[in-house]
Amino acid sequence: MRKVFKLDEIDCAVCAGKLEDAIKKLDGVQGAKVNFLTQKLTLEAADEDFDAVLEAVVKLTADIEPDCEILR
Amino acid sequence: MNKKQKKWLRRILLALAIFFAIAGLDESGMLERVFGEPGALYANFALYLIPYLIAGHDVLLKAWRNVRRGAAFDESFLMAVATIGAFGMVFFPEAEPHMAEGAAVMLFYQVGELFQSYAVGKSRKSIAAMMDIAPDYANIERDGELVEVDPDEVQVGDIIVVKPGERVPIDGIVIDGASQLDTAALTGESIPRHVETGGEVISGCINMTGVLRIRTTKLFGASTVSRILELVENASEKKARTESFITRFARIYTPIVTLSALAIAIAPPLLGMGSWADWILRGLTFLVVSCPCALVISVPLSFFGGIGGASRLGILVKGSNYLEALAEVDTVVFDKTGTLTSGTFAVVGVHPQSGIEAGQLLGVAAHAEVFSDHPIALSVKEAYLDSSTGAHALDDRGDPAIVQARVANANEESGRGVTATVDGRAVLVGNDKLMTAHGIDCPNCELTGTILHVAIDGTYAGHIVIADTVKDDAAQAIADLHAAGVKRCIMLTGDHEEVARAVASEVGLDEYHAQLLPGDKVEQVERILESTHGNLAFVGDGINDAPVLTRSDVGIAMGAMGSDAAIEAADVVLMDDRPSKIASSIRIARKTMRIAHQNIVFAIGVKLLILALAAAGIANMWLAVFGDVGVAVIAILNAMRAMNVKGL
Repeated sequence: MRKVFKLDEIDCAVCAGKLEDAIKKLDGVQGAKVNFLTQKLTLEAADEDFDAVLEAVVKLTADIEPDCEILR
Repeated sequence: MNKKQKKWLRRILLALAIFFAIAGLDESGMLERVFGEPGALYANFALYLIPYLIAGHDVLLKAWRNVRRGAAFDESFLMAVATIGAFGMVFFPEAEPHMAEGAAVMLFYQVGELFQSYAVGKSRKSIAAMMDIAPDYANIERDGELVEVDPDEVQVGDIIVVKPGERVPIDGIVIDGASQLDTAALTGESIPRHVETGGEVISGCINMTGVLRIRTTKLFGASTVSRILELVENASEKKARTESFITRFARIYTPIVTLSALAIAIAPPLLGMGSWADWILRGLTFLVVSCPCALVISVPLSFFGGIGGASRLGILVKGSNYLEALAEVDTVVFDKTGTLTSGTFAVVGVHPQSGIEAGQLLGVAAHAEVFSDHPIALSVKEAYLDSSTGAHALDDRGDPAIVQARVANANEESGRGVTATVDGRAVLVGNDKLMTAHGIDCPNCELTGTILHVAIDGTYAGHIVIADTVKDDAAQAIADLHAAGVKRCIMLTGDHEEVARAVASEVGLDEYHAQLLPGDKVEQVERILESTHGNLAFVGDGINDAPVLTRSDVGIAMGAMGSDAAIEAADVVLMDDRPSKIASSIRIARKTMRIAHQNIVFAIGVKLLILALAAAGIANMWLAVFGDVGVAVIAILNAMRAMNVKGL
């Protein structure tokens, strides 16, 4: 399943790149894209554990970019 | 400014006020009188910490968190080290104190960051406004009442109602009503388009005059407007070489500068070439300039702006890489039909023999072709019905109309023409082969195109010339391309040599290749590719030319309103069918590249200069902060120019 989320307060392009790399390394993530300009996160994961993966992604984001919020 | 930025601004202003108060206190010599030497120094130190922490506590916190995670080397880390280092200079009693500088650098950095965040937000907003073609709702009729629903909920085949002033949310067919549609947001075309019952409408257009009831033919997600938005948004993911270069550059630049800073701070004093304080300060200054943010933000922003600006003119570029390729185009190859010519046949000349009127000749031919639906026959009939002569057949006059009852024994001879009896007289309409087969001599015509000869009762009566019509702006388009620096404009066509030559000279092409079979086109393009230095753009109408579109450096499809195949196959899609948009897209591409290059040269140049000055001990930390955030802000402002495509 592929879903697009709006990201709030992602202010720097380098940070966006780092966030993307970190999300890609998470277990269960099949693909991730962080678009700095459109402030969007595209997340791809298996249907059955999408919610769990999303949870992990939200936690990771809070850790790396405390200002940045994933709007669900 | 959003809420967060306002809070940020207030914090910076507070810190600034405190900073200046302390600076005034420091200047007045009050501290020395109260605390004496060196007590004043430590008092100063403690006081400057206040604005420093107010302004920069979040930076320090972030830096600390990153260090703990083992992911150092980001901007906040560098700033933290540099400013803490500046404060730490207090422990070198022989050096000048640098607390004020440390606090000021943090303040200045925050001002710059705030401005940067503001500028990015602003450009995001203008891009969003530019792409504000997505409808928020669709009106659907339920129990006789109009209900606003999410366009996503509308099924294929549902009836939606679009009132004047509203945007068409979903592609469909008009089942009731007539109106003018403003397609400017999709095509950049300012002349409204008329639609009425039975006509196709595409989403994203604004309904201007009448209420339209539309039966949807697609889901919202598959409608034109959604596809365009998706295409433009995803375009930034196909990176241009320039962008990848920046990413690679950033990856090596920061570590190199950080290590150099360390080396500068440690090596010279170890070798006894000066004081520790002096060299550590130079090293710290180095650190401040080491963030590549100016490049990392401004270059993709330039490309995004260029792509967004182009889309406003109805030019969809599918990736930054294609914009880059487009800028280097020096050869444009056209597939004639549908690009330079409209692809529809029309009568361009009626040449009757003496004793017969042009209208009569057309009338006879139109009647003889009455049962044929060949494109040529259709164009003859259309020309006759449009003609003002009103000569029906041979005898009577009135409004032009085709009366089937006048025609008998109509018979089509494949590849030659038709024979029929019109008003009791034997009529032959067809090419020279048909005439020869019936033993009738026919002359050549000075016009190029398809020649339709007409014979009545075995006697030659004249001919009608039919040709694909050249688009109004085709000649202008070629002139524009040449003016934009394109060296060769070449036309490929399956048509006859004479037709090709006529079109080529009319629009001012440099070369043409005629009588090509569809399969020959790829081969021909490959041959042209060998002899070009720059990039080759192939322009087609998106029908049957997918292989050539892929083979060329940049594939451009024209007239793609609603055509999925064209949107798939091409790299650049022109929403309307005006060839003059090709030169516009090349100019936009060049401007974007120019801006991206300016930013690269400016940012790297300023940074290297400041690095050199810092190493030599000339640049202070103030200059270094300018080299970081100042440069970033200037580069962002420059990048935003790419969005402006007026007059291109």
